Amino acid sequence: MDTRSIMIVGVGGQGSLLASRILGHVLLMQGFEVKVSEVHGMSQRGGSVVTYVKYGDKVYSPVVEKGEADLIVSFEQLEAARSLPYLKKGGTIITSTQKLDPMPVITGATTYPEDIFNQFRDAGVDFVSVNALELAEQAGSAKASNVVLMGVVSTKMSIEKEVWLKALEECVPAKFLELNKKAFELGRECY
Amino acid sequence: MKKLMLGNEAFARGLYEAGCNVVSSYPGTPSTEITEEVAKYEEIYAEWAPNEKVAMEVAIGASMAGARSFCGMKHVGLNVAADPLYTAAYTGVNGGLVVAVADDPGMHSSQNEQDSRHHAAASKVLMLEPSDSQEVKDFVKEAYRLSEEYDTPVIVRMSTRVAHSQSAVELCDREEVGLKEYVKNPQKNVMMPANARGRHVFVEERTKKLIQEAEASILNKIEMNDGQIGVITSGTSYLYAKEALGDSVSYLKLGIVNPLPSYIIRSFCKKFETVYVIEELDDIIETQCKKLGCEVIGKEIFGFIGELSQSIIREKIKGISPDYLTIPTEIPVRPPVMCAGCPHRGVFYNLAKHKITVSGDIGCYTLGAAQPLCAMDTTVCMGASISGLHGMNKARPEMEKKSVAVIGDSTFMHSGMTGLVNIAYNATNSTVIILDNSITGMTGHQQNPTTGYNLKGDVAAKVNLEALCKALGIDRVRVVDPYNLAETEKAILEELEADAPSVIISRRPCALLKYVKHNPPLKSNDKCKGCKACLKLGCPAISIKAGKACIDHTLCVGCGICKELCKFDAIE
Repeated sequence: MDTRSIMIVGVGGQGSLLASRILGHVLLMQGFEVKVSEVHGMSQRGGSVVTYVKYGDKVYSPVVEKGEADLIVSFEQLEAARSLPYLKKGGTIITSTQKLDPMPVITGATTYPEDIFNQFRDAGVDFVSVNALELAEQAGSAKASNVVLMGVVSTKMSIEKEVWLKALEECVPAKFLELNKKAFELGRECY
Repeated sequence: MKKLMLGNEAFARGLYEAGCNVVSSYPGTPSTEITEEVAKYEEIYAEWAPNEKVAMEVAIGASMAGARSFCGMKHVGLNVAADPLYTAAYTGVNGGLVVAVADDPGMHSSQNEQDSRHHAAASKVLMLEPSDSQEVKDFVKEAYRLSEEYDTPVIVRMSTRVAHSQSAVELCDREEVGLKEYVKNPQKNVMMPANARGRHVFVEERTKKLIQEAEASILNKIEMNDGQIGVITSGTSYLYAKEALGDSVSYLKLGIVNPLPSYIIRSFCKKFETVYVIEELDDIIETQCKKLGCEVIGKEIFGFIGELSQSIIREKIKGISPDYLTIPTEIPVRPPVMCAGCPHRGVFYNLAKHKITVSGDIGCYTLGAAQPLCAMDTTVCMGASISGLHGMNKARPEMEKKSVAVIGDSTFMHSGMTGLVNIAYNATNSTVIILDNSITGMTGHQQNPTTGYNLKGDVAAKVNLEALCKALGIDRVRVVDPYNLAETEKAILEELEADAPSVIISRRPCALLKYVKHNPPLKSNDKCKGCKACLKLGCPAISIKAGKACIDHTLCVGCGICKELCKFDAIE
């Protein structure tokens, strides 16, 4: 199988590292060669955070470049828009509807673009939007948005649900497992 | 068994399997997780040292005593540790000595983009460079063998993408190698001139042998394919090249990047019409090729700046540009910011308010330089805030009353203390603010000598910062709570006014620490006049919606400084 590329984008602190680890575990269990690339340190402090997951028979570069992502999972609208150039033509974006103002918007230096999804439609982008924050709160914690989104992603990939649940068990601390399983189910059901 | 591992985790696994006994490091992105992961193996003694120089010396001492030892650091950390490294190159080792240095091309979390290969060449020690997690583990084990065989420290060069990418690793058992015999040997280990002269002869002889090793080593691989193009590369650049060019070119992948081989480079180059050297940052392999009389193409097309990638290589060699979708809207940037509830905010707000010149340092608090606080004038390296402030104040004595240094607790332990001694000893009325958030923050919460815990999480001796500063010669030492804006402001203004050097310890644990209990999130009410005074704090939880302040309940931790600031009681 040719190498496939997934990008997970969001704002530092939203839990994209956990999402990429779950995804990595799932793909490894499927027998693929997997590479997951993270960014730590300064950019984690409320800045744009990007994680790459690549899999296939053979994976060389751990990074995803412009026009290469088969799937982009976004935790936030603006970050979905920022990541668009990385989407392969024919690829899909799954994005949370959450909006978080970046500092230049907070200080009033610029404004938050209002019609990102309309612009996606106009540009012919294949995308799915989900109110992951609300579903996560329904599951018991706003922090579980990442796992809600993994639930949505699982409906887009032909991998058994049990594999996803096993990966959850391996990646999530035991005391939060039930909450995260619920978040995952809500993600699966919403789409 | 195969396991998905970060490069840094695989490094730790390599140390474990190689029978490493003693580890001492200082955290620094992207190297930190190596030592955090090592700490999980009971068989290995591991510690956070106060700085990289100490860590390197601990590892050298352990090696001399016969243990397989290790120290890890980021690229700029190796500058701090360069002094012991350059002489350990002369003493050589007893138990194997492996050093990790993690470069950060693209400066994801660093203040410069230096290429650590220069340190290997200048100190004349062996340097290996792996490409992925499996290679990291294999190279670490090979590094110990080479270290002991050739009597040299061995540096394993990591980069952000190797350190922070996960790929599958085959796990093996630990090989207990035990301690080598310790025999007193001053000719080898006491580097006074008479002995060092002899050891320099040894070093030059060793380099010749290491070049022979590089000519034959399995770490330097040739992959022959059809076509008239050859590529010489190493580390993560090899992965980018393979992805961009596949089997359309042939490769010389160098796993040993210092010293570089001569024979295999020359014979590889002779086979092709065109040879590209693909390496991140500086032109080290390229220069060696040219020195050997080989015509190669490298930095003239790839440049010296930032990370490489498959698309850069595709574009530069094949002339193919990526094809992608865009939308017309301009996307606002999202720079990193101080977290909601960050205790540093109260200090920086006051420094900005009084337009104080701020000599800054390395840590989360460097974000005090960002909009809207803009409360930092300089940042150079670990510890430079304090010594730099003294220099500023010597050059312009009138600045004493309107300038401060800011430095974190861990950075103060790392290399701030000596600067403070200099202020006391050489007398400027400088004001130093220690931002004591009781943890090493930016690198992801590592313990340090001020926290009372060690790397393994056990209770440890705790440095008393107040007593330490007094012992270093500063009589005026006071402690403030940065959540109390008025108290913090008063302390800053009084200490600036004082005719003596002073230290203000701004003490409040990092808001992200698990043990920190938060207050319920605050809310704005209809008394809000939309004056935007609260926006000057640069808190990511506060924004303006329909002309009024709005607080994001998922981010707010109830620190209350916006409430303190609001003149209209509009935040409750």
